Amino acid sequence: MTDTVYQISHLVHVPRRHYGRMVAAALVVAALAAIAHAFAVGQIEWNYVGEFLTVPAIMTGLVNTIVMAILAMVVGIALGVIFAIMRLSENPVLSYTALGYIWLFRAVPALLQLLLWFNLALVFPTMGIPGVFSVPTVDVMTPFVAALLGLGIQQGAFTAEVVRAGLLSVDRGQYEAAQTLGMTRLKMLRRIIMPQAMRVIIPPVGNEFIGMVKLTSLASVIQYAEILHSAQNIYYANSRVIELLIVAAFWYLIVVTILSLIQGRIEKYFSKGAAPAASTK
Amino acid sequence: MAIRTTPAAADQNMLPADPIVVAADVRKRFGSNEVLKGIDLRVPKGEVLCIIGPSGSGKSTFLRCINQLERIDGGAIWVAGELVGYRREGNFLYELTDAEIARQRRRIGMVFQRFNLFPHLTALENIIEGPVQVLGEKPAEARERAEALLARVGLADKRDAYPAHLSGGQQQRVAIARALAMRPELLLFDEPTSALDPELVGEVLGVMRDLAGTGMTMIVVTHELGFAREVSNRVAFMDQGQLVEIGDARQVLSDPQQARTRAFISAVHK
Repeated sequence: MTDTVYQISHLVHVPRRHYGRMVAAALVVAALAAIAHAFAVGQIEWNYVGEFLTVPAIMTGLVNTIVMAILAMVVGIALGVIFAIMRLSENPVLSYTALGYIWLFRAVPALLQLLLWFNLALVFPTMGIPGVFSVPTVDVMTPFVAALLGLGIQQGAFTAEVVRAGLLSVDRGQYEAAQTLGMTRLKMLRRIIMPQAMRVIIPPVGNEFIGMVKLTSLASVIQYAEILHSAQNIYYANSRVIELLIVAAFWYLIVVTILSLIQGRIEKYFSKGAAPAASTK
Repeated sequence: MAIRTTPAAADQNMLPADPIVVAADVRKRFGSNEVLKGIDLRVPKGEVLCIIGPSGSGKSTFLRCINQLERIDGGAIWVAGELVGYRREGNFLYELTDAEIARQRRRIGMVFQRFNLFPHLTALENIIEGPVQVLGEKPAEARERAEALLARVGLADKRDAYPAHLSGGQQQRVAIARALAMRPELLLFDEPTSALDPELVGEVLGVMRDLAGTGMTMIVVTHELGFAREVSNRVAFMDQGQLVEIGDARQVLSDPQQARTRAFISAVHK
């Protein structure tokens, strides 16, 4: 005895209209179009952008940027691991030294540190081991070395905190299981603790690597020939300021995009055994 | 000042290997809380000893002192005739280095309440890690032994599974295989079934029962009184940092001599 009034399966469903979404989308599209139009009719000679995109000076600058970013990160990660382990040491001298390093180099701006290293000769005209050898500081503190030290050492302070968080994220039971197998401290860190800490460490370090690529532009201030410095040198000569800045921005975009892809691959590698949903085959 | 090493003094570092564990007046405190108040115990080779007692009685702490996961504050422990944590020369006890402590730990296997398998390694890799990295065994050889051990704990088909893909009972059986791979002279079990779902307890106890049958020396901290009665040679009851009673398993469990033991056992059976 089914009432016909309850029979509605033959009726047509009409999805509700999202008017708010439509309005928001229209506004955003209009804004994007306005920006695109502004750049299209603005005083930008796009043919100059194309022309200077791959000139030797820009290419050299690009290579220098990449080399500096990689080397500064290598220095930063090495210092970060060392100081993170020192920070967690039971030896109070090591622990507080690491704390002081992290405190000092996180607090002082990177640009200021670059200038300090570059002008080190004002404090120490010569450097070396007294009585054995001595060299003028200006010969050693080239823009390359000053930039590497300035960027690497301040990166180390940030990375030390990231690594410390990674080490602390590993369960106490893992340390005990490794000790029970008779592992020494170093082997335990290398074989058991670090591989697990990496899962926590990689994402922020990947971010910092990307940050470092951009931070190298500060080195243009101390005459290191990275890509922004090369672009500036060209526009000082031909006054195509915006075009050359766009060239530099283009290459930063490319490098950072590639790094993001690599970061994803590395994260996947270190997530071994982490996802219960993954196949065991 | 040179220390004269007489033959007798040299012998002080190598006592008979049986009893395999000797504890003499072992004391341990956490801050002002004394958790071990002088434990005296001897465990002969091949014995299965179960330690029972209420939580907070110090039984896990005592177990952890044997392989130096905790440092003792008083007394001494010998494992296989070797003083734990110190080297004795004349009237001096020299604290061992990290490397020497690591070497002492190799001979003592331990199975934890929470398994503590290495999550980034497969079951097989977990088992060969110690033999290859610590004992310097050849990977091929270690792999072969690991597969035999996995078969022995009934998990031959799980060799390539990561711990996250195994049930608690399976993880604990891999953990037992990992401990056995080091060819230990002594196995310590710290509440090995307490973190398991009830239906998985049996499979782990089954493996431990088989192990006891092979003559392995085992010290088991447990709440499984049935297992203690059936498998162990002796049962020790600890309460408030003291070894209250120790004796033949059936006798302690069925006819305890001390009032505290009686109270505990009747409370568990309730």
